[in-house]
Amino acid sequence: MSAPTPLLELRHLTTHYVSARGSRVVAAVEDVSLRLHAGETLGVVGESGSGKTTLALTILRLLPPAARIVRGEILFEGEDLMRKPDREMRRIRGKRIAMILQDPMASLNPLFTIGDQVAEPIRVHEGASRGSAWTRARDLLKAVKISAPETRVREYPHQMSGGMRQRIVGAIAISCEPRLLIADEPTTSLDVTIQAQYLRLLRDLQREHGLALIFITHNLGIVAKMCDHVAVMYAGRIVELGPTRRIFDAAAHPYTQALLESIPRLGDGQRRLAAIDGQPPDLAALPGGCPFHPRCTQVMDRCRADDPPAFDVADDHAARCWLAARDAR
Amino acid sequence: MALLEAEDLVKHFPVQSGLFSRDRGRVSAVDGVSFAIERSQTLGLVGESGCGKSTTAKLVLKLEEPTAGVIRWEGRNLAELDGAGLREYRRSVQAVFQDPYASLNPRMRVGAIIAEPLVTNERLEASEVARRTGRLLDLVGLPARARDLFPHEFSGGQRQRIAIARALALEPRLVVLDEPVSALDVSIRAQILNLLRDLQAQLGLAYLFIAHDLAAVAHMSHTVAVMYLGKIVEIGDARAVAARPKHPYTQALFSAALPSHPDEQREEIILAGEVPSPLHPPAGCRFHPRCPHAMARCALDEPRLGPVNGRLTACHLYDAVTPEAAERG
Ligand SMILES: Nc1ncnc2c1ncn2[C@@H]1O[C@H](COP(=O)(O)OP(=O)(O)OP(=O)(O)O)[C@@H](O)[C@H]1O
Ligand SMILES: Nc1ncnc2c1ncn2[C@@H]1O[C@H](COP(=O)(O)OP(=O)(O)OP(=O)(O)O)[C@@H](O)[C@H]1O
Ligand code: SF4
Ligand code: SF4
Ligand SMILES: [Mg+2]
Ligand SMILES: [Mg+2]
Repeated sequence: MSAPTPLLELRHLTTHYVSARGSRVVAAVEDVSLRLHAGETLGVVGESGSGKTTLALTILRLLPPAARIVRGEILFEGEDLMRKPDREMRRIRGKRIAMILQDPMASLNPLFTIGDQVAEPIRVHEGASRGSAWTRARDLLKAVKISAPETRVREYPHQMSGGMRQRIVGAIAISCEPRLLIADEPTTSLDVTIQAQYLRLLRDLQREHGLALIFITHNLGIVAKMCDHVAVMYAGRIVELGPTRRIFDAAAHPYTQALLESIPRLGDGQRRLAAIDGQPPDLAALPGGCPFHPRCTQVMDRCRADDPPAFDVADDHAARCWLAARDAR
Repeated sequence: MALLEAEDLVKHFPVQSGLFSRDRGRVSAVDGVSFAIERSQTLGLVGESGCGKSTTAKLVLKLEEPTAGVIRWEGRNLAELDGAGLREYRRSVQAVFQDPYASLNPRMRVGAIIAEPLVTNERLEASEVARRTGRLLDLVGLPARARDLFPHEFSGGQRQRIAIARALALEPRLVVLDEPVSALDVSIRAQILNLLRDLQAQLGLAYLFIAHDLAAVAHMSHTVAVMYLGKIVEIGDARAVAARPKHPYTQALFSAALPSHPDEQREEIILAGEVPSPLHPPAGCRFHPRCPHAMARCALDEPRLGPVNGRLTACHLYDAVTPEAAERG
């Protein structure tokens, strides 16, 4: 198989938050490696605090001051983003890589018109004149199916419905035709119908613009619906990575297996859910060995001593678990 | 006799219709809603954002007074209870809300937050308070050292667990759960849902359970009520409603639920338009402007809840049809 150069490749990426006096180190992203090709959708799923947002912010190099990228490479279109000066990173953000939040109110400024906000990145990144940026803004609003864009550009966010605001945020994200879109979903679930609209919007944007999409979520249902690949994060690590269908049918990591068992499904009646015992790990005080071992039902002696690396269990499917070492090829 | 019965509950909120206008419009947040909550059972409430779920919950909690209608607790009209009766009612009915930030005092340590209802309501020795606080922390999956920390030191998911522990402190008889697990980690949701069901079985707790996650509602509830614009459009056995929804709105809602496996792609019923404002609800059937089955009479006559297939549904499609025809519908 001749693999084309991936759009994005992360190699052993590691990001820590270090407290002011250096006494507390939170290993938020630990030895993350993955590849993403143009047009692919990768779901990054994991519980709260597992490092999903930190991973996204690391890729964009938008980390808060307390964070350190300890090691690793971020290859985007073959270039190492770690070596880019800040000025160039600013150009890449928004233009080549865009990030959107599912809560549209968090990304729209209530004081500016819709037209100004959609036109801004076009002016900043492409140096377009105000007039031509506004013309593009109208086209973009039309592209995300906002009716009467000529009048909408002069309105303010509060005059829009929730669904329209989402589409406007989508229009801003694609305004400079990025190659990669990172969508960070908040932990709280949204209204089913609004969520369905949002997912449809992302899917349309992706299809029409050939974007690669990283969908950050805690919701395996979204992964099942949207993503062709899944990365399962636990304690800052990608503990399992593979094609979605394979992960759902033949998960290799005990955490992934347990996660799949723990979600209620429509039509499964009142069966007791298989809860994962214990608590999510404290990333500043991880247990030795495999970070999942205190909660793992299949824990072995070795798991308490050594942190497993990623093992390939099949083509395109890897798991960070000593059990997978047995099956590894 | 049901534990709690609501009969024709109405809640209108006055609103200023224009910035300088003196005309006062009104939002019909809840508009003639009836239901019963049985001892040890769960009534699930679902529906789009703004349909009146939280307002219904607040009426039950007596955080809002109804504009019209009656709530009976063990047969007694709440409006007729004396001070002692009301205090007892408030103790017996506790709540966990959607927003963990609003309910947690940022300047109190977690141990004190959880112990507060115990301290104000029961004369307990400090050691007993500490023991119960420790048990509650453990139940909701927080480490014992959490008691000495402040809310801001926790992730959003962990903060919601603190709120749940606090609500369970007084061992109430009815707990209103307004989006109790939406903000929790996926791996913890099952623990909490199982915990809530265990407590229900052990203590005979009743729940009013509100969530956007339809599978979770179906899983937790004995009866489910579907609301649209302040009205219940369908109410009945949770499994029957989830498996074979009858009202066109319920059908659309459940069709938008996320799949639990990538192969389970549902035919999504895409509703036209947005939810109308409850300031100006449509005449006739409130769902008619978006309903794929709307008929001429739907814009004129408001359908009443009537029996269809062992549940109640408010839709003209089932007017004057034989039970067999309803079965096909
Ligand atoms: N600014 C910060 N300073 C110190 N620690 C932080 C900071 N931001 C995040 N962390 C810690 O880093 C870890 C990873 O956090 P991150 O926000 O990446 O998780 P997440 O997977 O996005 O969680 P969620 O699902 O709740 O959004 C957590 O333990 C968190 O407490
Ligand atoms: N205090 C209030 N004053 C005016 N209007 C209100 C008030 N509280 C609620 N409303 C309105 O009543 C309607 C029902 O609101 P409610 O909060 O009950 O909806 P909900 O079903 O809980 O929605 P969500 O799923 O978003 O939580 C909404 O239109 C809301 O704007
Ligand atoms: S390495 Fe061991 S403890 Fe970790 S997930 Fe695998 S079996 Fe469980
Ligand atoms: S009454 Fe008419 S408009 Fe309302 S749900 Fe039934 S068919 Fe649709
Ligand atoms: Mg996050
Ligand atoms: Mg609500």
